[in-house]
Amino acid sequence: MSAVLERVLLPRLGFAAAWREAARGLLLRRVPPEQVDWQRADDSPGLPLFGANADTPVIGDEEFRMPRVLLGLIEDVLCANVPDRFSLPYRAVWRAQAERHLLGDESDPDMARVRVLSKLVHRDAHKMKAFVRFCEEASHGDRRAFAAWFEPDHFIVEATAPFFARRFGDVDWRIETPSGCAVCTNGALRFSAETQKPAALADPTEDLWRTYYTNIFNPARLKVKAMQSEMPKKYWKNLPEAGLIPGLVASAEQRVIAMRGAEATLPAARSLRMEPYQQPAAMAGDVAPDRRDLEQQILDCTRCLLHCNATQAVRGEGPDRAAIMVVGEQPGDQEDLAGSPFVGPAGRELDAAFAAAGLDRASTFVTNAVKHFKHSMRGKRRIHERPGISEIVACKWWLEQEVALVRPRIIVALGATASLAVIGNGTAITARQGQIEQSLFGPPVIVTGHPAAILRMPEAAHADRLRHELAGALRTASRAV
Amino acid sequence: MAQKSIQEKLAILSDAAKYDASCASSSAPSRNSADGKGLGSTEGMGICHSYAPDGRCISLLKILMTNFCIFDCAYCINRVSSNVARARFSVEEIVWLTIEFYRRNYIEGLFLSSGIIRSPDDTMSEMVRVARVLRLEHGFKGYIHLKTIPDAAQELVDEAGLYADRLSINVELPTDASLASFAPQKNAGSIRKAMAGVRLRQEEAAEPTLQSRRTRRFAPAGQSTQLIVGADDASDTTILHGSQRLYSSYKLKRVYYSAFSPIPDASNVLPLIKPPLMREHRLYQADWLLRFYGFSVEEIASGSNNGMLDLAIDPKLAWALGQRGQFPVDVNRADQAMLLRVPGLGAKVIARILRARRFKRLGFADLLRLGARMKNAKAFIVAADWRPLALSDRDDLRSLFAPPPEQLSLL
Repeated sequence: MSAVLERVLLPRLGFAAAWREAARGLLLRRVPPEQVDWQRADDSPGLPLFGANADTPVIGDEEFRMPRVLLGLIEDVLCANVPDRFSLPYRAVWRAQAERHLLGDESDPDMARVRVLSKLVHRDAHKMKAFVRFCEEASHGDRRAFAAWFEPDHFIVEATAPFFARRFGDVDWRIETPSGCAVCTNGALRFSAETQKPAALADPTEDLWRTYYTNIFNPARLKVKAMQSEMPKKYWKNLPEAGLIPGLVASAEQRVIAMRGAEATLPAARSLRMEPYQQPAAMAGDVAPDRRDLEQQILDCTRCLLHCNATQAVRGEGPDRAAIMVVGEQPGDQEDLAGSPFVGPAGRELDAAFAAAGLDRASTFVTNAVKHFKHSMRGKRRIHERPGISEIVACKWWLEQEVALVRPRIIVALGATASLAVIGNGTAITARQGQIEQSLFGPPVIVTGHPAAILRMPEAAHADRLRHELAGALRTASRAV
Repeated sequence: MAQKSIQEKLAILSDAAKYDASCASSSAPSRNSADGKGLGSTEGMGICHSYAPDGRCISLLKILMTNFCIFDCAYCINRVSSNVARARFSVEEIVWLTIEFYRRNYIEGLFLSSGIIRSPDDTMSEMVRVARVLRLEHGFKGYIHLKTIPDAAQELVDEAGLYADRLSINVELPTDASLASFAPQKNAGSIRKAMAGVRLRQEEAAEPTLQSRRTRRFAPAGQSTQLIVGADDASDTTILHGSQRLYSSYKLKRVYYSAFSPIPDASNVLPLIKPPLMREHRLYQADWLLRFYGFSVEEIASGSNNGMLDLAIDPKLAWALGQRGQFPVDVNRADQAMLLRVPGLGAKVIARILRARRFKRLGFADLLRLGARMKNAKAFIVAADWRPLALSDRDDLRSLFAPPPEQLSLL
């Protein structure tokens, strides 16, 4: 003996809320999906909203599961223009009560269909947001008024209209469809099952839109199929620009042939007059002329391959003449972007050391042994790489000229690379820390660690020792001058 | 000279703008005008309001402020030596067009670019004024994409980032050498410095300020760039190396590839080739592999032919055919990184596979329901009821995927 069918009638408007309420009632009474006959009210006029069995007593009162993810998908499926738009969601919710894994398993036939229908409805709603075309109408108040006619495939108007309310907050509008309309007046949105196709919608702005559409099209890249897969012909009758498509497609080839066939013309007369404006602006700045030359040469440097992947060479910064010159390893990620030495995390350590030593960074000349950022690229990040001997040697050319220009009385070499460049020996920095040695360029050098080493130190005590040493080296330098 | 009508200007200045591929209106922060103040909304996802017969989406009003330009870039329709008709919009005209198009739901917003007039600062400040008037005077909450002009003053770029969702600057050509020869007034170094500046400002804006914990806004939809494919002789591998450099250095949202296409009144230094549309498509696929599938440029290059991607099959398939030793992959056991390398499996499908296989062993029909493209995947995977057996050992495996060779014309 088969169980009595329970008929549920859902209204044309507000069907999503009505379905939720009905489904909740059915679940509470443990009515299995195969015993429910879901109908839309206008498919069987004259029947009451709920069927004869609606007064069956509720069995138990424990909570049932309506997972949020599933509810979201169900909202979509309810809008689908398919026979199982109400029954499939109920079966999915029913099964989700017992089958805890159902949601994660999209290879399940019911869940796969839920996903497919949800996608269909999403696409239809997305196309409605895209292809509704408003025309301005006579306004009855002080707000402008617009109207549109749109023919969706699915029952999406109620779910999609709020998008237009969020978007066009300062005007009144209505969207008429074959199965009802959405009207927004003074910010209040209402729906009606009545529909009133606006007579002869037209708007003079459409001419400008068609002008735009015609001219933004590139005839040399004709791809009609690609256009139609995203803008199928069924939408064309309500798009003011679509009437242009056949003509644009037909004339495309001729236009390309004409472009190819055209002889190169003489340059326009104005091009000669523009020549004086085309010169790049001279480098600004108030530095001494010989320094400006040196800086320009550093910016243009191609002495090794590092320039190929860097943004820019990073020159030393500081006064034209400085008693103390601080030499680091090479610019890092941040320095490469900003074009200034020691502005990233290691730069903040260096600034702290300057402060601890009671020394003004602006009075010293801060530079690097290598002027371009050496790195490897990993996905969206650049990973610092230590410069090699050949790069250090190539770049010593610039360091030597910076020293000759600035004429420091003492140099502070930060880490192995700087020591190698300045002294010719980059080994055993820890042992030589704080020592004063002789540079290749003349002035004496204090050897100390690089501030980036502080950042890499996992133990706070060791990091503090390095900070102390760095500040100490700077203090020694300031006492020596 | 008679004053041009707005329709004539629109025709000239949209025709001049169409060689910019980007029309994205996505990843702007959520805004709306439901409170009745101003108009417009952005909800994260971009919307394409129309499609032109070239298959490209029309999402934004993409126009130039002016196509007068003092530069002479060989590939560009607007170069100073070209004889195309010239026009210039006023700020008010651009604002009016944007708002009236937006109100009729034709567009998501504005993508404004410009030829260089007088100086970079003059040009940039006019463009910033358009964005300022739209945002502040009209309460416009739609999408704004501004081109940044290299060498423009920092304050102007700062203000542009305040109003615009996206900033972009085109690198135009894959190598510095081609840029120097085809666009003598442009400088690859200053283009990169401009992109570096945008990244620095974005990171600065993301840091909470001392006064309030709120972060500020600077071009929240990020920056992008475009380069022209096929105008010079750079290989695909060279182009992809360049893209990887841009992604890692400047955190670009997108690199757009634009097949070089014939322009009216073309310069005679460049060939008027048929735009290499398939090559452009393969570059986009390779770009996706770089950003979302964990491939390196070297791996993609291994499936290429002298640095050029295979036009007949997609780059992931080309790579997999060269790495037969790594296949077949068991879809019920392999980790995500390996699944991402299987032809026919996309990132979304793989996420579904990983969820579903917690509960059952997946078979061929399950994979189909999860959305896998089994035509491409079946030779490379093992499933509960599926083994590729002889399929994966075939010497002519590539021919199963590549379209049949066309018979050459006798004429």
